[in-house]
Amino acid sequence: MKATSTLQVTTPSEREIAMTRVFQAPRTLVFDAHTKPELVKRWLLGPDGWSMPVCEIDLRVGGAYRYVWRREKDGSEMGMGGVYREIAAPERLVNTERFDESWYPGEALDMIVLVEWGGKTTLTQTVLYESRDARDAVLKSGMESGVTASYDRLADLLSTLD
Amino acid sequence: MQPLAHRHIGPGRLDATFAALADPTRRAILARLASGQASVTQLAEPFAMSQPAISKHLKVLERAGLISHGRDAQRRPRRLEAKPLADATKWLERYRRFWEANYQRLDTVLEELKAVQRKGDRR
Repeated sequence: MKATSTLQVTTPSEREIAMTRVFQAPRTLVFDAHTKPELVKRWLLGPDGWSMPVCEIDLRVGGAYRYVWRREKDGSEMGMGGVYREIAAPERLVNTERFDESWYPGEALDMIVLVEWGGKTTLTQTVLYESRDARDAVLKSGMESGVTASYDRLADLLSTLD
Repeated sequence: MQPLAHRHIGPGRLDATFAALADPTRRAILARLASGQASVTQLAEPFAMSQPAISKHLKVLERAGLISHGRDAQRRPRRLEAKPLADATKWLERYRRFWEANYQRLDTVLEELKAVQRKGDRR
């Protein structure tokens, strides 16, 4: 399973979730894909069956962004947005995030760092929550899916948590 | 960012689990116990640490419900309690899958952008 080994999820501190993923593209393109609405709408969708009818981005420090997702099956919607705090194209992007009907208390701070080497880009995304409870609420939300991870993933978990 | 429906919040023990997992020595101890139970002496061996220091880590792991100890009064062998760790694994794995699905779509978008860029270079 090639795809499952590419993305690493870790919990570097009690208020953070971090992800690392390598993309086969220069970082200017990866940065564009995170900041141009016509590109963001094509991939930032979550589970199958969701689309992103609203994607507005005012890419400047203090500028706002607004995302709304819709589930085709029943038309239910979920919105979120925030403000850009730091923009250093094509290497760094910092913004706040808050969901309309949030399941975790407070606001979170997203940071994306892009490092390019040999035509490939390593993306690190860190989300800092206001409290450990908020961070854990986000992690716990995965419970619903009923994904059954087998115990032999234990070794993998321990190595990815480093 | 995780646009999903979120209703179920699991038991409060997750806090303790993630706190316990935040330390490299404790993760190494768990990895050792994954291959079978062991005494405190055996667990201390691979580390440049005193037994009391190891015992402290074991207490944290025990409080988090990640390990338990046997009845043998002399050795009190520690063993892994798989359930809380499996829960934590599930949570991380669910989160990972959610983002991997997004990033696989992003791979496709990036391939297109690269193709457009190459075309532009040739002109």
